[in-house]
Amino acid sequence: MPVTDKSVAASVRKDDEERVDTVDRWDESHHGKGLIKPPDQLELTEAELKEEFTRILTANNPHAPANIVLYNSKRYRHASVTQMIVHFVVEGSLLHQDSDEARRQKQIGCQPEPPPRSNFSSLANQWVIYDAYMEELQKQERNKEKQKAAPSKKDPDNTKRAVVSTDSHGHDISKVRKAVKIIERMVNQNTFDEIAQDFKYYEDDSDEFRAQEGTLLPLWKFQYDQAKGLSVTALCWNKKYQDLFAVGMGSYDFNKQEHGLLVFYSLKNTAFPEYSYPTKSGILCIDIHEQHSYLVAVGFYDGCVAVYNLNKEGMDAVHKSTAKTGKHTDPVWQVRWQKDDLDNNHNFYSVSSDGRVASWTLVKNELVFTDVIKLSLNGAMSEGTEGSQQPIIACGTAFDFHKEIDYLFLVGTGEGKIHKCSKTYSSHFLETYVAHSMAVDAVKWNHFHPKVFISCSSDWTIKIWDHTINTPIFTFDLNAAVGDVSWSPYSSTVFSAVTIDGTVHVFDLNINKYEAICQPAVMAKKKGKLTRVEFNPIHPIIIVGDDRGYVTSLKLSPNLRKKPKAKKGQELATGPEVEVAKMDKLLSLLQQPENSTA
Amino acid sequence: MAEVEETLKRIQSQKGVQGIIIVNSEGIPVKTTLDNSSTVHYAGLIHQLVMKARSTVRDIDPQNDLTFLRVRSKKNEIMIAPDKDYFLIVIQNPSD
Repeated sequence: MPVTDKSVAASVRKDDEERVDTVDRWDESHHGKGLIKPPDQLELTEAELKEEFTRILTANNPHAPANIVLYNSKRYRHASVTQMIVHFVVEGSLLHQDSDEARRQKQIGCQPEPPPRSNFSSLANQWVIYDAYMEELQKQERNKEKQKAAPSKKDPDNTKRAVVSTDSHGHDISKVRKAVKIIERMVNQNTFDEIAQDFKYYEDDSDEFRAQEGTLLPLWKFQYDQAKGLSVTALCWNKKYQDLFAVGMGSYDFNKQEHGLLVFYSLKNTAFPEYSYPTKSGILCIDIHEQHSYLVAVGFYDGCVAVYNLNKEGMDAVHKSTAKTGKHTDPVWQVRWQKDDLDNNHNFYSVSSDGRVASWTLVKNELVFTDVIKLSLNGAMSEGTEGSQQPIIACGTAFDFHKEIDYLFLVGTGEGKIHKCSKTYSSHFLETYVAHSMAVDAVKWNHFHPKVFISCSSDWTIKIWDHTINTPIFTFDLNAAVGDVSWSPYSSTVFSAVTIDGTVHVFDLNINKYEAICQPAVMAKKKGKLTRVEFNPIHPIIIVGDDRGYVTSLKLSPNLRKKPKAKKGQELATGPEVEVAKMDKLLSLLQQPENSTA
Repeated sequence: MAEVEETLKRIQSQKGVQGIIIVNSEGIPVKTTLDNSSTVHYAGLIHQLVMKARSTVRDIDPQNDLTFLRVRSKKNEIMIAPDKDYFLIVIQNPSD
């Protein structure tokens, strides 16, 4: 199209010119249209139209601000700013990790790595703190002991503890010894729960209706299978730990002499003994020391005496008398601890069928004896009939020491006589009582009244005496041989006796002067004989031993434990004086009729 | 050691005793007469109880210490005797 070409060429030329004129004007490409002059176009002359204006295009954005704020972190200041007014400046302490300053600091002091750590949590209770202090204290004490460097004496307790600790390295199970003991007691308490409750709390209410009688409630029965065939020959309560008692076992039978057994039971564990010591010869009597309750004196059928120490390990006696050291030649019927002598040695007395009362002293781990008195049939040795006749020796079967007057003691003999003797007079009896027609089985001073003692014998009788009077105050006939009699520790008028027909008799002279107030048959007649009886020092129970090797414990009902009733308005007095007064009243009652008849 | 074994035998032969467990101080049973799962069960639970009980007693008076613990329930009784390094658990049904 020729028109188009011309017009295009013309328009291109025109466009170029126009373009050169105004930069801002947006040129549209005209296709074949003529030159159109807008009405508001600048009127320019030809010369002006041909003028060339130079225009430069740059990349700078004219709208962009001229003063941008840039923060140079390396140089810690604002830079590239032309107009800056500083309002506030503060120096900070943060360093960039890669800056020189930071690198320098790292090299100087700090570790590059944190120290090894572990997490720990615990409680700081009072007892944790206390334990820590106690350990410190013990460490200090140990250091002190080492410093002293003196050889320390090993006392028996320490050896026992030391033995335990070395053993435990061997086998783990021995460490639980204590816990096992406690558990056994707990299990037993559960098994025998009813009995334990009875022991503590049962009071026979029916006693209110029975004015003058009481009952005995059977509690635990103690038996030990190693004691089969042995009879109980001695019972003794421990004065310090009043739930512990000792049982001596042997045989009264002359023909059947076997081994013996010394067994300790605690009321806390009634199924199994706490300690047991087998012995070669039958035991006839035991006595536990009052202050040192771990020392036990034992008298044997073969005439030996021995001392056992419960603290020491081992099954043997600590001291034992032999033929050389003066053992008795006949069975030892009674042993009794005495107060420590002037050199603070322990000593005890023994009486035996060979007619000797001997005193044994523990001098530096040895048993030394001295004869105290020889019992002769005719009385004092110096009074031997017709000059130089050899006095016949009597057998001693029982003795007892006065509670307050230290040197005074009574000895019962196999002939039925009781002699009052003194430790200081070895050849003289102070007094002789013709007591029984058969051997005296037991003689005991009253715990409260200083003048009264009781004796029992196989001649079926029990007699109560005032030692200033030659004849008995009371006599009781029990229809069977009496094995043992014992005063109660809480009342001066209550005593108990056991007979071979299996009956326990409890008497209270305050209530009934002629009969027992309680006579339960503890064992059937054919089954066995009762041999020993003992009151517990504080609990209202008695233990009774029989010839089968059993020990039965019985609880005394309230009627048997009566204290004197107070008159209305008066205070109820307690204590030994009251007991003494009670007895005195009884005695005086008896004296009067005697005086009147005499 | 032998007397401990004897005593354990006696306890086991007592009326109503269902089981005995000896646990060491970390709560791991050392000796037991019950089956494995019951033992582990008892040991784990009772260990925590004993620690709590002992902590209570000693916190009140640091010179005091726990002697034994009895947990009586309807069906039986659990008796725990703690020692220095071990404790002994006995489960008994006393009315058996």
